[in-house]
Amino acid sequence: MLQDWLFIGLMVVIAPIFPVAALIIPQLLAPKKPNPLKSQTYECGIETVGDTWVQFKAQYYNFALVFLVFDVEIVFLFPWAVALNQLPLYGVLVGILFIEVLVIGLVYAWRKGILEWF
Amino acid sequence: MSDPVTFVAKWLEAYLSGLGLASGWIAVIMAALGVIALGSAVLLLDILLVWVERKVVARFQDRLGPNRLGPFGLFQPIADVLKLLLKEDIIPQGADKFVYNLAPILALATVIMLWAVIPISATVAGSEINVGALYIVAVGALGTLSIIMAGWASNNKYALLGAFRMVAQMISYEVPMVIAILIPVILAKSMALTDIVESQTVWYIVLAPIAAIVFLIGAQAELGRAPFDLSEAESEIVAGYHIEYSGMKFGLFYAGELLHALTFGGLFATFFLGGWRGWGAETYPILGIGYFLIKSMFMYWVIMWIKYSFPRVRIDQMLNFCWKFLTPLILTVLSITAILDKLMSGLPYWAYVLGMLLSNLVILYFVYQAVGRYARRERQRVADPEKFRVNFPVKSTASPSHLP
Repeated sequence: MLQDWLFIGLMVVIAPIFPVAALIIPQLLAPKKPNPLKSQTYECGIETVGDTWVQFKAQYYNFALVFLVFDVEIVFLFPWAVALNQLPLYGVLVGILFIEVLVIGLVYAWRKGILEWF
Repeated sequence: MSDPVTFVAKWLEAYLSGLGLASGWIAVIMAALGVIALGSAVLLLDILLVWVERKVVARFQDRLGPNRLGPFGLFQPIADVLKLLLKEDIIPQGADKFVYNLAPILALATVIMLWAVIPISATVAGSEINVGALYIVAVGALGTLSIIMAGWASNNKYALLGAFRMVAQMISYEVPMVIAILIPVILAKSMALTDIVESQTVWYIVLAPIAAIVFLIGAQAELGRAPFDLSEAESEIVAGYHIEYSGMKFGLFYAGELLHALTFGGLFATFFLGGWRGWGAETYPILGIGYFLIKSMFMYWVIMWIKYSFPRVRIDQMLNFCWKFLTPLILTVLSITAILDKLMSGLPYWAYVLGMLLSNLVILYFVYQAVGRYARRERQRVADPEKFRVNFPVKSTASPSHLP
């Protein structure tokens, strides 16, 4: 068991080394002749106007909120799914009731127009 | 000789203990060597994937594809890598340097990390942790982070727009996809991917075809491939989140994307196609590696097939499809699967399989009817918008819904 987590831990440490190595090799091989004109932002082919980090659509935020509710729900559902064998039928039904409460939430968001892209 | 990987591992372990190392250190060294071997194998496969992708897209578009370097153009990706290694590293003006450099590293590293829990054959699996499915969900979500980092740090409005779109799309489609993963977990009663594969005497695509389809659609969206490639829609937002990336940094994004697609093929094979299972795979584990690769490559090809056959959808259509169709559908399937699993637990296995399949087919029939009705209604609505106006509490200020 501990050995399995050791593998995961080493994976987290070693996996970034592959891409980092791929970025270090060009530093040694590639030419380096930076100049201000070259490092200008490409954007869409014409010169950049104004600041990049501007306001954006609030609609993205609404979807993120709905997602958050469901994602937390799913984390609770995983142990329920694994333990399904040991649960009585009542336990299964309670789990489904929990899902349905969130479905009501989804229907509410739907009726409120949160899920529309204006 | 039927199991070379375990043979080499055993030999190395015996050699290391012969050197008089403590058993704890041997475990660390073996795990580290395993990680390096797995990572290198996956990256070698990745280089091959560049060739596969280009060759297959060429065939879909009635072209020949790379055919100059080596037999069938097999050495083309090696030439590509060499070229990328020799390119100058350009960081655009005003970019957030740290985040800008971290994004491509994260894009590839998270995909390699996903392979840690995928069982490759009966005896070869990086790690057999008992929360494998949850690990897949958690590490898979890190990929989203690399895209928003790239879009944010580039100091480019179009890149930022691409990142926003990608995040809206990924977080939306993660919900049905993760619930689709829950269904194999219910059927196998375990989150460990090794257990999920071992319990598939009948492939789960037979027991849960709807979950398999939803997982495939979710994977397509998670990968940002057509019809869900809004994050890099060339005709709208230049190239999306990686406009400002060039040289090897762009190469890492590209490699990460291809490997991500193969990883999802592998995950589909693990969850629904029985992973390494096949004729003789238990007695000859080396066959299991072959079966696994064939199944994942097949699913990779299916993902490519969808990518090159479908036009791009609009962002409101994409989000509606996820929240108003896929999510309610998969929640229904989850509830029915859980109840049926409980009710049929006493039956013989063939009856259990038949019951699951029939329940899925019944749901599929009703869904087909409902989608047909919805499509008819939608066509009428587009033809005559006034008749079908829905008054939502939030007033739309008459702006057309297809603006980005």
